[in-house]
Amino acid sequence: MNFRTKLGGALLAAALSTTAFHGAFAADDTIKIGVLHSLSGTMAISETTLKDAMLMMVEEQNKKGGVLGKKLEAVVVDPASDWPLFAEKARQLISQDKVAAVFGCWTSSSRKSVLPVFEELNSILFYPVQYEGEESSRNIFYTGAAPNQQAIPAVDYLANTEGVERWVLAGTDYVYPQTTNKILKAYLMSKGVKEEDIMINYTPFGHSDWQTIVSDIKKFGSAGKKTAVVSTINGDANVPFYKELGNQGIKAEDIPVVAFSVGEEELAGLDTTPLVGHLAAWNYFQSVDAEVNAEFIKTWHAFTKNDKRVTNDPMEAAYIGFNAWVKAVEAAGTTDTDAVLDSIIGVSVPNLSGGTSTVMPNHHITKPVLIGEIQADGQFEVVQETAAVVGDEWSDYLPDSKDLISDWRKPMSCGNFNVATGKCGGKGS
Amino acid sequence: MRSALPPSNSPIPASIRGDIVTTTSFIRAVIAVLFFAFSGPAFAQGTDPRPLFNQLADANFNEAEKLVGEIATTGDPRVVPALNAFSEGDLYFRKSDKAVFAAKPVGLQLELIDPVTGESAGQVAKGAVTKVKVNNNLRRAIRAALGGLTLMSPDRGARLSAADAILRSPSAETLELVETALAKETDAEVKARMEEARAVSLLSSDRSVEDKRAAIETIANLGGREAMRIFSTISSSIDESLKPDVDKAIAKIQGQLQLWDLAQNVWYGMSLGSVLLLAAIGLAITFGVMGIINMAHGEMVMLGAYSTFMVQEVIRDNAPGLFDWSLAIALPVAFLVTGLVGFVIERGVIRFLYGRPLETLLATWGVSLILQQAIRTIFGPTNQEVGNPSWMSGSFPLGGMTITYNRMWIIVFSLTIFFALLFVMKKTAYGLNMRAVTQNRRMASSMGIRTPWVDALTFALGSGIAGIAGVALSQIDNVSPNLGQSYIIDSFMVVVFGGVGNLWGTLVGALSLGILNKFLEPSVGAVLGKILVLVLIILFIQKRPRGLFALKGRAVEA
Repeated sequence: MNFRTKLGGALLAAALSTTAFHGAFAADDTIKIGVLHSLSGTMAISETTLKDAMLMMVEEQNKKGGVLGKKLEAVVVDPASDWPLFAEKARQLISQDKVAAVFGCWTSSSRKSVLPVFEELNSILFYPVQYEGEESSRNIFYTGAAPNQQAIPAVDYLANTEGVERWVLAGTDYVYPQTTNKILKAYLMSKGVKEEDIMINYTPFGHSDWQTIVSDIKKFGSAGKKTAVVSTINGDANVPFYKELGNQGIKAEDIPVVAFSVGEEELAGLDTTPLVGHLAAWNYFQSVDAEVNAEFIKTWHAFTKNDKRVTNDPMEAAYIGFNAWVKAVEAAGTTDTDAVLDSIIGVSVPNLSGGTSTVMPNHHITKPVLIGEIQADGQFEVVQETAAVVGDEWSDYLPDSKDLISDWRKPMSCGNFNVATGKCGGKGS
Repeated sequence: MRSALPPSNSPIPASIRGDIVTTTSFIRAVIAVLFFAFSGPAFAQGTDPRPLFNQLADANFNEAEKLVGEIATTGDPRVVPALNAFSEGDLYFRKSDKAVFAAKPVGLQLELIDPVTGESAGQVAKGAVTKVKVNNNLRRAIRAALGGLTLMSPDRGARLSAADAILRSPSAETLELVETALAKETDAEVKARMEEARAVSLLSSDRSVEDKRAAIETIANLGGREAMRIFSTISSSIDESLKPDVDKAIAKIQGQLQLWDLAQNVWYGMSLGSVLLLAAIGLAITFGVMGIINMAHGEMVMLGAYSTFMVQEVIRDNAPGLFDWSLAIALPVAFLVTGLVGFVIERGVIRFLYGRPLETLLATWGVSLILQQAIRTIFGPTNQEVGNPSWMSGSFPLGGMTITYNRMWIIVFSLTIFFALLFVMKKTAYGLNMRAVTQNRRMASSMGIRTPWVDALTFALGSGIAGIAGVALSQIDNVSPNLGQSYIIDSFMVVVFGGVGNLWGTLVGALSLGILNKFLEPSVGAVLGKILVLVLIILFIQKRPRGLFALKGRAVEA
């Protein structure tokens, strides 16, 4: 029985995190970085893994001699899935602990909550999760996917390869699914899909009774046109959703579901045999066949002392963000915010799918888009891989943002330059 | 299936449509050849399928799709298991010579099986072979190919699924194949399915209008969503003279479906209600009967779910054969574990706080946070996999409804618990003591009842029942440290709405809230539906502060 090993692992993790908390005494020969991920509350399920990944990367970097000849030190705080607390903890990391950069946040709400803090105190945040776009801050780097790096290629795949003509856009009721679905609807309609062939459905957080919605999807799919579900359902609600799909006998060959928030981690709590063939779109899968990925997984298993721990896309985004920061700091010769902001643009680092990712002037990065099908072992198999795509912060498909671009290089230095009016400052921040 | 692609206003770009049309017509050609392979006087053996399988090693998805068609064209029934293996992702090629084999795991190795002869080709390490990738399009192509190949299989189940496959992707070319198979078929159920498959295929063929009219009749009798799908697919391409027949059939089916939709909503409502009942029934005792505002109730449900997880882990490691019994074994375990935890909480915290509801609320909330974080530390924050035993998976059709087994058993289970609890409360000595203590503590005490002991046991019982609910909820929800939080508000809502202190109120409250929710959901959406239910409850409580079934008498004032 593996209860004992689990307990051991947990104690070890607890011990590790306490050393991280209280290791803040030797200040001169270390560079501190902040790790701002929820370790308790509803988001702990996703964010704890990223905290572990950050600690692992810091440890690996220190084995290589640290940065600028100094050791790195991770300062871990727990914002407890509480959005205002994120801002408080961010302020504490920057002002009290004097960290050089912060890696953290998961939900868009938490990012929006800390954004003013980072701009006010002029520090740097690396945000590692796929998001809805429509934002570009001087102090934030978005290493997760923008909608054009995940949602739009996935829809293209379904339309081109599977011949889908009818779309269910199902999501949890908050900002990421709503904005993504708005973009997707505009995109589909620009491709000639009629309004009656798009069904949009929102559910509350943690929705667990999917009977009505799944049977609605079945009904919608029996109109004689090939139908697919595009799911932006978040976190915990996915397990009951997929269980209901499996139980009601909706097979991927009939109505495929492509998800943007379901990765290896989410499937870990699920028997995936009835779900084989449903899809997910990410920039990384654990099953990616690349040497750098095999190495990363090996290090991860050794670090967590658990060879069943899966890796996922936000971990890759954190990995890219961390390495880009290290490279930028070494190029600048200092951890000073303004110098790093200048030197990081154009920095290229290897990503885990075997290519490289470059930090662009709009503070987004380039990466390939992978479409994967769920396998019976809970992993994904890549069925399509695109060339590297540049993250597009302001969607071209929304009327409010189609004229906006972001370029943080001097002399423009603007996150929302309106190409129609030629002025900096449009909608958004 | 796509025989009736809409004309030029289709949303798919023309180039892509071209692809689809070619693949579809290609599958048809395959099936046509198949037909000849089967119907020829002597078994017209085509080419050897073995080299075709080997070509899969280097093929991309489109090429593989063509190859599957060619393999099916050989008409060799021996390829069926290998095609099945392909669709399940169990087809590999050997790295050394690119020979393709089906494979099944034997220990850490893979046993290679020749895809045509079915003979073993020895065992190899997993690193020596590479999987032949499969995607949804390929699975569909394989399904269609298998439909043709297995229509005359000696295995009844195979024939049934073959007829199903044709029903889902019919074409004019399959028609004669189906008719040949139909003539030989003896099993009534398979025959009926084949009749339907024949009718669907006939509609896209060039048979006479009379034949088609009869076919429409057959499909209309099939009824349900399936028939609707078929009709809406063909309605654009069907002969003008048949349009009224199709419209009539559609109208008839729609009428039936509306009735079934109503029944389905009631069923979904009962199912949601039974989940609410399960979540609330423990609270009906700790809060309803004892009056403790127990914020840690949700965590008892969570502990019950984790007990199920632990039981399943032990069974998986030691006695996998018992897996179907895991829930039955988990029930007493969960009851004892959560009952014990409840007992400790009552003795350790709550008994010092009787009569102080605000402090109880805060203290039990603190306990709930401690329990959550303890579980998070021990098991990690991620979801744990609790498997569904085979009798809890899948669904069966009942008229126009789909009934999933897990929901059905949960309804049965929650009602069983409810009546068992009612029996304990009304018919046993312990239940009598409990009611006596809650109605008039001092008098019960003077009658010689050890009231503190009854308090502790009652709280333990409520907690234990919450734990049992956790066993059932682990089958439909996430098993994560947050499991309890999502149920605590619903539980209080049900108990308050039903009437504090009344078990029947909890039953009626849970079911009516469930059904109300499910009738609101299709018209206003899940988010607004939930809000409306809360607003209605607030209004209702304004009017009847004591809920649906208020307790009467002196006990109320105490």
